[in-house]
Amino acid sequence: LLRSSQPLTGPNRRRSREDEQLLGTVLAEGERGFVLDTRSAQAAKQARISGGGTEHKSAYPGWRRLHRALDRGRVLQDSFCRLVELCSDPAVTMERWLGRLDGSRWLSHVKAALSTACLAAQCLDREGCTVLVHGAEGTDTTLLVTALAQLILDPACRTLQGFQGLLEREWIQAGHPFQLRCARSASSHARGKQEAPVFLLFLDCVWQLSRQFPLSLEFGEQLLLTLFDNAYASAYGTFLCNNERERSLCKVKESTHSLWAWLDQPEEKHKYLNPLYSHNPLVIWPSVEPQSIQLWQGFFLRWIRPSQHLEEAWGQIRSLVQGS
Amino acid sequence: MEHIRMPKVENVRLLDRLSSRRAVVGTLYLTATHVIFVENGSETRKETWVLHSQISSIEKQATTATGCPLLIRCKNFQVIHLVIPQERDCHDVYISLIRLARPVKYEELYCFSFNPKLDKEEREQGWKLVDLNEEYNRMGVPNNYWQISDVNRDYGVCDSYPTEVYVPKSATAHIIVGSSKFRSRRRFPALSYYCKGNNASICRSSQPLSGFSARCLEDEQMLQAIRKANPGSDFIYVVDTRPKLNAMANRAAGKGYENEDNYSNIKFQFIGIENIHVMRNSLQKMLEVCELKSPSMSDFLWGLENSGWLKHIKAIMDAGIFIAKAVAEEGVSVLVHCSDGWDRTAQVCSVASLLLDPYYRTLKGFMVLIEKDWVSFGHKFNHRYGNLDGDPKEISPVIDQFIECVWQLMEQFPCAFEFNERFLIHIQHHIYSCQFGNFLCNSQKERRELKIKERTYSLWAHLWKNRADYLNPLYRSDHSQTQGTLHPQIAPCNFLYKFWSGMYNRFEKGLHPRQSVTDYLMAVKEETQQLEEELEVLQERLANLQKSQSGNNKVKSKQQDRSKQFGLYTSNNSLANTPQEYSSDLKSFPSRSPSQGDEDSALILTQDNLKSSDPDLSANSDQESGVEDLSCRSPSGGGCLPSEDSGKDSDEAVFLAG
Repeated sequence: LLRSSQPLTGPNRRRSREDEQLLGTVLAEGERGFVLDTRSAQAAKQARISGGGTEHKSAYPGWRRLHRALDRGRVLQDSFCRLVELCSDPAVTMERWLGRLDGSRWLSHVKAALSTACLAAQCLDREGCTVLVHGAEGTDTTLLVTALAQLILDPACRTLQGFQGLLEREWIQAGHPFQLRCARSASSHARGKQEAPVFLLFLDCVWQLSRQFPLSLEFGEQLLLTLFDNAYASAYGTFLCNNERERSLCKVKESTHSLWAWLDQPEEKHKYLNPLYSHNPLVIWPSVEPQSIQLWQGFFLRWIRPSQHLEEAWGQIRSLVQGS
Repeated sequence: MEHIRMPKVENVRLLDRLSSRRAVVGTLYLTATHVIFVENGSETRKETWVLHSQISSIEKQATTATGCPLLIRCKNFQVIHLVIPQERDCHDVYISLIRLARPVKYEELYCFSFNPKLDKEEREQGWKLVDLNEEYNRMGVPNNYWQISDVNRDYGVCDSYPTEVYVPKSATAHIIVGSSKFRSRRRFPALSYYCKGNNASICRSSQPLSGFSARCLEDEQMLQAIRKANPGSDFIYVVDTRPKLNAMANRAAGKGYENEDNYSNIKFQFIGIENIHVMRNSLQKMLEVCELKSPSMSDFLWGLENSGWLKHIKAIMDAGIFIAKAVAEEGVSVLVHCSDGWDRTAQVCSVASLLLDPYYRTLKGFMVLIEKDWVSFGHKFNHRYGNLDGDPKEISPVIDQFIECVWQLMEQFPCAFEFNERFLIHIQHHIYSCQFGNFLCNSQKERRELKIKERTYSLWAHLWKNRADYLNPLYRSDHSQTQGTLHPQIAPCNFLYKFWSGMYNRFEKGLHPRQSVTDYLMAVKEETQQLEEELEVLQERLANLQKSQSGNNKVKSKQQDRSKQFGLYTSNNSLANTPQEYSSDLKSFPSRSPSQGDEDSALILTQDNLKSSDPDLSANSDQESGVEDLSCRSPSGGGCLPSEDSGKDSDEAVFLAG
């Protein structure tokens, strides 16, 4: 599984021998690869006008291009805001709830993200092909897909340690611009151009996986909520800045504490563990049928939904599993 | 057998909704009681059995190049999509099924031939398991305020009521009879639930035949009697569960609702729940959404909203909540009715009872609840669920809605119910299956005339015997959630109503969470228990060894052998779960050979367990993928890992459909 940003073919169909060589060497003799472009074919084509583009078939033999349009940026932010608004609207009647839920399009984004990640995973696992994922910049939907695909494929990523490692690798070090994306909240009146809840979308997809495979993730919902909180506002330096270069310039590692260090403490860790976890060495294939994708109530209705009974249930689960 | 034109057809294909590639070829058989499809594959010979009683509709579609498609839709929401090579054969099967699915006599139903190999006494004991007299006693009646009346002992007063009803002490036979004449179908007010703690009660009836201005002294006295039976309150609520418009329209037909001016000390309340026709259509629309091929999120959400189904569920729940509140918090008695008092009334009374009384949230209590408010009070099972061929306009998913309300509550209160989702699903299944005699006919009177108890078996006994499968591991009788009244959040609460894919997509295993938390926790519980027992035995042994020096005691620990059987959920039961079709527009790769097909998009019921076990115990046991054998938790941990995902790669790369 590889990731990158878009090739700069531009309007004149520029080529790069080095880039072609690089992708050429990745494939073994006679092997086929897939380029999974998270833009629509149309959008990818249009990107050429501004200097971007796609990999041309003749320049990259052995590679086939797939397009799976995943929304990001403004579209995603608006979707998120509409959903948050809906959830806090006291006047919504039952007659309108589902329609407005759909109107926010958030669940459609979740479905699309999961489907694309599954597609990538399928290419790798079922067809044994290499996959290169990229969108435009390679910092948003690209990371969404690669991180989810690894969760699906690799049981190591589903442990608490492994998941932290996945986040470090595929989001933080890979340069997802946290500072820009998570600058303000959904309830803020100001709408920054660079804001988008891509990381939240990832967390939502992880939650969907945990719902469908409740025994296979070593961590629980509380971790996902904590990660969301810390991406926006944190006492720790883990999610600061937009990339490793900025972090180095700001001397983040020298001047702040790591979220992971805090989470890993035994007295904290137990809050984030899933008592039902049981190592599952297999690939976990989620269903992306609409019935299988549900609203993440623990997040979107966090302050609205009565949680007492569910908490009691978890307490009961813990005591059952840990032995009475 | 005379209705079967074509007992056997070969080379029939069974299609899967989620993936048209996963068609299986096999042989179709028609018997007197079932339709059976047997797969051709040499290894598994998987069988799909469908009872004729379960068949809701059969659709023959236009013949295509591959054959003649036949869709069998079942009342338990299974949809079987067959393709029969010859159009003529398809037509014969179609005609046969039409007749077989519409029996005209009760004797044609499966319950009269079903034989679980129990003797007469066991059969009788089975029927005695749920005893309503015991239940009323448990509630605390008869007492100073309530008495049993046998005025209906020969069904002379109301033929859809039971022979024994509970009425207020001050309600004489004269009052009862008079009131019954003023009520639709003679269904006079009778006790449904009595709250020992504060004497408040839930009574039920049908609508009064009040028209625009008719009155009936005895009926008014009856309501007064109900009020007097609760000294703690000086009024009662009368709840009409119909939309106001409908109730008003009924007045033109000489029926209607209670006028507050005529009945002293009542507070009248409409809580609009739509009628059976609206509900039938609502379900129909929802099922159409379920049958969509590759629906988008929008298709699904809009389809679900347009069906209005969840809105109706919420309406029933709201009515139940209102009544439970009136009884528990205000200490006021409630009289509930709709039109005939056997549909919405039953739903609402049983939901309210469930909220009020933790007993009904136990396994046994739930069976008692259904027996009381649905069976004994004359819910028209035959008409509503089509035991026999009848008027399609009478068909309506009334009890299904109640069962769904229970499920919605289980989702909100995970620790509050002794039983689990599977219990509800199996009950629903058997209401339609006619494998047992509990839900036949339209009234107690009819069931007695048919001698149901002597000629058929009780579902309750069957469920009770298998109760280990139906337990909720999170239930603890001493827990705060399980005691007292349940208080579902009233607002905001739209999000609390979820689509029940476990019921409406029951047979599409690919849709559900692949791992059952319930089953896992039950296994953990069992293991803990066995380990504890083993510990006890070992401690005993130790004590014995310490007592006697010779140490010749050889207490065999039976537990040790059983520990090997923990592996209820080894992945041997299920294939590593397969990916669905994530993409439909890629050109095919050279794909692997077609698999046997993903498990269980259809019901499995082999010949052996047909008679004895419930149809889909097997179907539910392999919901999981790749869950480790629990018995391997100790030392090595490596010995019994489920086989690698890649080992099962006989499943084709479905995502590459052309």
